[in-house]
Amino acid sequence: MENSINITLKVWRQRGPKEKGAFENYELKNVSTDSSFLEMMDMLNEQLVAEGKEPVVFDHDCREGICGMCSLYINGHPHGPDEDVTTCQLHMRKFKDGETITIEPWRSAGFPVIRDLMVDRSAYDKIIQAGGYVSVNTGGVPDANAIPISKVDADEAMDSASCIGCGACVAACKNGSAMLFVSAKVSQLALLPQGKVEAARRAKAMVAKMDELGFGNCTNTGACEAECPKNVSISNIARLNREFLCAKIKD
Amino acid sequence: MATIDSKIPQGPLAEKWSYYKSHQKLVNPANKRRLDVIVVGTGLAGASAAASLGELGFNVLNFCIQDSPRRAHSIAAQGGINAAKNYQNDGDSVYRLFYDTIKGGDYRAREANVHRLAEVSNNIIDQCVAQGVPFAREYGGLLDNRSFGGAQVSRTFYAKGQTGQQLLLGAYSALSRQVNKGTVKLYTRYEMLDVVIIDGRARGIIARNLVTGKIERFFGHAVVLGTGGYGNTYFLSTNAMGSNGSAAVQIYKKGAYFANPCFAQIHPTCIPVHGDIQSKLTLMSESLRNDGRIWVPKKKEDAEALRKGLKKPTDIPDEDRDFYLERRYPAFGNLVPRDVASRAAKERCDAGFGVNNTGLAVFLDFKYAIDRLGKDVVAARYGNLFQMYEKITDQNPYETPMMIYPAIHYTMGGIWVDYELQTSIKGLFAIGEANFSDHGANRLGASALMQGLADGYFVLPYTIQNYLSDQIQVPRMSTDLPEFAEAEKAVNDKINKLMNIKGKRSVDSLHKELGHIMWDFVGMARTKESLETAMAKIKALKKEFWSNVFIPGNADDLNTELEKALRLADFLEIGYLMAIDAYNRNESCGGHFREEFQTEEGEALRQDDQYSYVACWHYQGEDKDPELLKEDLTYEFVQRQQRNYKS
Repeated sequence: MENSINITLKVWRQRGPKEKGAFENYELKNVSTDSSFLEMMDMLNEQLVAEGKEPVVFDHDCREGICGMCSLYINGHPHGPDEDVTTCQLHMRKFKDGETITIEPWRSAGFPVIRDLMVDRSAYDKIIQAGGYVSVNTGGVPDANAIPISKVDADEAMDSASCIGCGACVAACKNGSAMLFVSAKVSQLALLPQGKVEAARRAKAMVAKMDELGFGNCTNTGACEAECPKNVSISNIARLNREFLCAKIKD
Repeated sequence: MATIDSKIPQGPLAEKWSYYKSHQKLVNPANKRRLDVIVVGTGLAGASAAASLGELGFNVLNFCIQDSPRRAHSIAAQGGINAAKNYQNDGDSVYRLFYDTIKGGDYRAREANVHRLAEVSNNIIDQCVAQGVPFAREYGGLLDNRSFGGAQVSRTFYAKGQTGQQLLLGAYSALSRQVNKGTVKLYTRYEMLDVVIIDGRARGIIARNLVTGKIERFFGHAVVLGTGGYGNTYFLSTNAMGSNGSAAVQIYKKGAYFANPCFAQIHPTCIPVHGDIQSKLTLMSESLRNDGRIWVPKKKEDAEALRKGLKKPTDIPDEDRDFYLERRYPAFGNLVPRDVASRAAKERCDAGFGVNNTGLAVFLDFKYAIDRLGKDVVAARYGNLFQMYEKITDQNPYETPMMIYPAIHYTMGGIWVDYELQTSIKGLFAIGEANFSDHGANRLGASALMQGLADGYFVLPYTIQNYLSDQIQVPRMSTDLPEFAEAEKAVNDKINKLMNIKGKRSVDSLHKELGHIMWDFVGMARTKESLETAMAKIKALKKEFWSNVFIPGNADDLNTELEKALRLADFLEIGYLMAIDAYNRNESCGGHFREEFQTEEGEALRQDDQYSYVACWHYQGEDKDPELLKEDLTYEFVQRQQRNYKS
């Protein structure tokens, strides 16, 4: 079963946010097709370290597709060519022997490059801090079964909540819009009675913060949904628009 | 010799926590604002503690190594969270959850702590629902439960296969709310490198800004560690790449006890290792064992043919398949606890019946479930896991059996804490997986999330006040104090020493070597000899590391190789601690299996008369063996028994 391939990597290298970056080419031999994309990157880095060079910097952590830390724009796609996976779950069997693979960071005004392929996504935290929560303190809450929630709503809220905050939607969007990310959180909480109470306030605060942080507008191209590794639906954006509009009318 | 006081409150078991809460000291609101608390880590324990302390009015500084608090590895927990709600009317109670946890831990946890955990378990579910955590529900709108290993009731709450993610996002949202209010200040991409101790109390930390490489000083009236477990000592584990045990080692070297380091959990259902460049192991949920049947070939020639690819698993007829768990444990079959299932897989592979090209895998077969229930039912139950398996292995589990093998998953051992979650250093607390915790020698499924959140939401915010109430007269201290300068200098010296070695080995190559030593000699089955070998090999590897590691780049800059090297230096210490602790513990219990101590049927044999204690290791200096202190475990309320899964 095990096969290995030789590949050429065209990797974006950039020292810092204000410095000019450029592609560098690397040859990599005998890459097992059973290995993951990030294991291939580990191989590249071991090779660079062996040559006394600094490794390529990229974000990664859980390597099982849930923490949202890995990124990478691979051959023109956030998280690479495979469907419904993050970069860490992409495997080398999706590539051919002799292929050249282009690897870039997320490119968006909202996510400045820190080094090489690592970008600063703290804007996402700031958007959540603006209102992406239910305002309850620890303790003093009612019994978990005190308020029944229809299974349909609970399941839909779960689908919206499956966003991992990786930023692929922003990277995929030609406008650099964070609408899919924002709408997923607004929807999840608006669908549940616990979150419904402050739904209008939340939608306004999160959208205002998103605009302030330099993310673009949504023009409904659907690129975000197509590239989302967790299949978060753009119907969330419709719900956000509804919540936002209602809130503005009430003002 | 220091005496160990666990500060268990007086009174009957079920009243200890209430008694504590009604007699502890509190801090009034005006004084809370004047007290700084450092919380390191933003997982379930760290984030819930930082948020709750912020809500109370303390001034909180919260650190994490990732780019966002939401990345912490609690996020990867799949299965669920236990609570004694008894919503199913199936006989559950606080006492039963307490009892199952104590028994599952093979009677090596404190009764009072575990009972408190069971008591607050229900508050956790209420809290998470109030935060908007989308738990699974029935059509009637009430919460759904599933069953999990080691229990006879259905008490596990879940959110699809992403329970850890949803709970962490709940805690993260509570944390974010406090950041917005200004009670919590976040420091992301910061790594703690030492604790600062002034007059015997923890008063701050030294941390490295991972983007700039700058070493910075932070003051706190108290310091809380929620820094997770040390499973990555084995290099390959189900932990995240950045998970590490460094904070634990830092405070251990400052005098905090490290408790039961040898208690590590090996999870039986992970995707097997594929090759040398493998970076981590992926867990497949324990729930798969509800419907999958585990087997290896009965004939060695079949196993060989399978390894060489000359036969397919579907070529082996039923009569030539050895369903070894069903054979050995008729009563529990494929649903024996994690430690038992893991050792049984190893036994078959060691005997030459393993499959995969490495010979280190067994089959988990859904053919029988599909025949019995139909493909649709199996897909509805496990579809997402099957998809994940196929993405990783390129094999379709609907058509060919999955291959699985055990892997390191969780560490029950950790920093010793008393009933108040305070370490043996005043003002220094440890919560979640980082402490030696309430799981004894083996953790039950769906209990890690429960413990992390119990500590962070409902235990620490009380107990830390009992300490801080004495501290209201202590003004914020300057980080220019000599103790801060000294700690920072020690950190800088260590970093410079590492950078100047300029040897020939990469950090990863050394870490992999440590991983092999740990897996081969301090793994699923240990012996006196294997542990002696491990200790000698780890010592030699430590020498090799400190004389031959190579780190490119500069220290005062973003440097991922330096980050890894600093963590590996500490994994080498932990590896040795695990070996010496396992060597000392002449018994088998839970996740710690010494081959010399087993029943005739090959089950773990405890030695309650000699080893019913928490092994607390006290640092004695570089290259000296640590001193062993014992906290005796007395069982006042529960009768200890041999675990039995046969009948």
